Amino acid sequence: MNHENCEVLIIGAGPGGYVCGIHAAKLGLNTLVVERRHPGGTCLNVGCVPSKALIHVADEYYKASQYTQENASGIRIGSIEFDLKHSQVWKQGIVNKLNSGVSGLLHRAGAQLLIGDAQVVDGKTVDVQTDEGVTRYRCEHLVLATGSYATPLPGIPFGGDVLSSTEALALQQVPNSLAVVGGGYIGLEIGTALAKLGSQVTVLEAADRLLPQYDAALTKPVADQLKHLGVDVHVNTRATAFTQSVLHGEGNGKEVDISADKVLITIGRTPNGSNNGINSLGLDRHQGAIKIDKTCSTSMRGVYAIGDITAEPMLAHRAMAQGMVVAEHIAGKTTVWDKRVIPAVCFTDPEIVVAGELPSQQFESATFPLAGNARALTMDRTDGFVRAVYEPNTQLLLGIQAVGSGVAELAGEFALAIEMCATLEDLANTIHAHPTLGETVQEIGHIGLGFGVHI
Amino acid sequence: MNRLTIKLPDIGEGVAEAELVEWHVSVGQIVSEDDLLASVMTDKATVEIPSLYDGTIVKLHGEVGDVLAVGSDLIHMDSHAQGLEATTSNDSLNETQQRSDRGTDVTKTNATKPSFIETPKPEDIDSQSSSQVSNRISQPESTASNTAQRPAVMRAEGAPVLASPAVRARARRSGIALEQVLGSGPAGRITEVDIDAYFEHGVNSHSSTHASVRSQRFGEETIKVVGLRRKIAERMAEANAKVPHITVVEEIDVTELETLRATMNDTRGDQPKLTLLPFISAALCRAVQDHPEMNAHFDDAKETITRYSPVHIGVATMTPAGLVVPVIQHAESLGLFDTAASIARLAEACRNGKAQANELSGSTITISSLGPLGAIATTPIINLPEVAIVGINKVATRPHWDGSQFQPRQMMNISASFDHRVIDGWDAAVFVQTLKKLLENPALIFLES
Repeated sequence: MNHENCEVLIIGAGPGGYVCGIHAAKLGLNTLVVERRHPGGTCLNVGCVPSKALIHVADEYYKASQYTQENASGIRIGSIEFDLKHSQVWKQGIVNKLNSGVSGLLHRAGAQLLIGDAQVVDGKTVDVQTDEGVTRYRCEHLVLATGSYATPLPGIPFGGDVLSSTEALALQQVPNSLAVVGGGYIGLEIGTALAKLGSQVTVLEAADRLLPQYDAALTKPVADQLKHLGVDVHVNTRATAFTQSVLHGEGNGKEVDISADKVLITIGRTPNGSNNGINSLGLDRHQGAIKIDKTCSTSMRGVYAIGDITAEPMLAHRAMAQGMVVAEHIAGKTTVWDKRVIPAVCFTDPEIVVAGELPSQQFESATFPLAGNARALTMDRTDGFVRAVYEPNTQLLLGIQAVGSGVAELAGEFALAIEMCATLEDLANTIHAHPTLGETVQEIGHIGLGFGVHI
Repeated sequence: MNRLTIKLPDIGEGVAEAELVEWHVSVGQIVSEDDLLASVMTDKATVEIPSLYDGTIVKLHGEVGDVLAVGSDLIHMDSHAQGLEATTSNDSLNETQQRSDRGTDVTKTNATKPSFIETPKPEDIDSQSSSQVSNRISQPESTASNTAQRPAVMRAEGAPVLASPAVRARARRSGIALEQVLGSGPAGRITEVDIDAYFEHGVNSHSSTHASVRSQRFGEETIKVVGLRRKIAERMAEANAKVPHITVVEEIDVTELETLRATMNDTRGDQPKLTLLPFISAALCRAVQDHPEMNAHFDDAKETITRYSPVHIGVATMTPAGLVVPVIQHAESLGLFDTAASIARLAEACRNGKAQANELSGSTITISSLGPLGAIATTPIINLPEVAIVGINKVATRPHWDGSQFQPRQMMNISASFDHRVIDGWDAAVFVQTLKKLLENPALIFLES
């Protein structure tokens, strides 16, 4: 067995791991990133990026299909052809480009990227199995960034026509019918895309409405659009079995049978750890996730954890920010995790952005409907709204949420405003370009201050 | 209109100048003959200057703290006959002036007195910060239109600490806990300016655990050192700078002395109550018989030591104005009760400011006692030109090992300082042991030598 040394060893080259690796190397640390498959992790290979590619294709197809019918735009097309295989090649091209992009960034920063299986021996020792054999690495700092996997549903194991998001995003053919188990954002994003591509989609959700972690006002436009797309939604319903293209579910005291060529299970994600020796470290955990402090340190000195293995929210941008914190901490800087907000985006139709506090008894809120926004009118999508949640006395902005077509791109402004501790006045007194969707942010500032202009 | 001048009178003892320590009148004030106008202080005593006329004060010459020559103008006044109306109509105006004049005694640093402050922009800092404080107390919601900044808002317990990421990073790099920093921005947001202010005022911050009640305080108070305090400062500095002190601390068992004192107090009749001081005084008088070098003055300019036969004991005494040292003249000739009466009378005179000059000078050796505040040990400063001072520390019951068991004994330390230029350590130690023997065996004090 070969023996090597490094200062920082990062297991996993997902968004958390590769960002940590690039930053650590740039800070002058001798850094090794070990990745089992392709750099970029779930997000880049089988998650965010491919799903956005698929959603883009579905949106374009759906839009085009609208133009085959009577419509107000003046565009009329005869017929459209669609080949999902072709789309998959295009999507894979994007993924590959980003894969090599990540490798190049690591390389240029001076970090070493090693494709192989990492097995944690102890808090400072990792065996890496590559094509050339096993090398034992001694490191001063170990960063666990091993991510998560799709949680299987007891009774309906993955395989065959039972898909996780990974397989669903790699489908070569649009299934005639698809049943989605779990009405969270992953299931709804993929379910909506396939519905737009022509599948008969049914969604089963165990809670009493879709996207149950958000308030009903925010999710209603999504539910309305699903209905418009012909998607069947069964709330308060659990899937129990899948046999011969029929998914059995029960809820509200009654059973439902849903015929489905494919079943997509999106009931959550579980931290990786059982097959790479991490569990043997015996790190403190909280509800299955590794417990970390504000420097992302685990209960073992010199061992850090970032990303999905450290619990919800399992979001790429959270992992990236954690990766920066860990790299700077190891480099001796004073950086700690002190974020006020982690924005989240659902690329449903319409999109939902959630940043900070949702409305509650303690706070006040100001809402502006997209129907009053010129840009929304010109894009022919006026369903949805933008909403500020603020502290009544100080008018400190505590949260901004939006639902609407194209609002995902406002997530950055929402987060910036909250992170900078903006008040309603800050929003209202910042000139927003006209005509853009972003004007709604200025408008909710005005409304909260009691002098809404365009309402 | 009859303009009168009152000059600083000759206050005797051949002094040529005196320090003005207080104005009792102000410009515009109407005074009668014999009303007190001012207090001046010489090396020996404070003297009060009465008015020689009836009239209205027109001008005060000099500020408190100034040293005036005997015979120089002290006050201008107009004779009373020249009309009340004209003067009273100016009263309110003049009163304002009076305040600012008298304000030199205890002067708050403010914009009108920038010379007392050394920071580059005293008016800005002080006026702004003090108005912040007042705004915070009286009008927490005020937008403080009269200040450039919003008032920094106190953060309630557990309230979020608001700051932009850049400000947070700067605070971390600087080792500042943002919880300690008041935020002046909207909603209490901490800005770069607040961090600057925190740097400026250092650790002068409220504790986060009492965020709702404790605030940062700004501003400063400059107190002009005048009169007795200035005199004390000069003499202490001179003694401490000039004299290499040797201080000997010794433990004394005063159980027997205390028993004797209690007995005498029980049977004292009409005589004054005895404190420990008369006994110490008597012991000193007895001790200096064997150690004449201790009852002496050292004139280092003339390089002479003068040993005295009489023992004039200075007793360091606290008065509202500060430390004074009245003198028990010829302590060697006084009995215990005489000494007690003498001490009581002198202390009272000093506290009332009525001590005569000759009661405040001429001591040959000094006792310093803080009574119940006497601590375990002190480092007395010699009362120049004397060569020895005996500090009395407090009496406490302490366990004493008598060879077979612990006994509760009344113990008292004395801390005696000597001028090491003329008193060697050996002699100092022997003198202290003599005092110890006398105080532990009080009968020895009163034996004829």
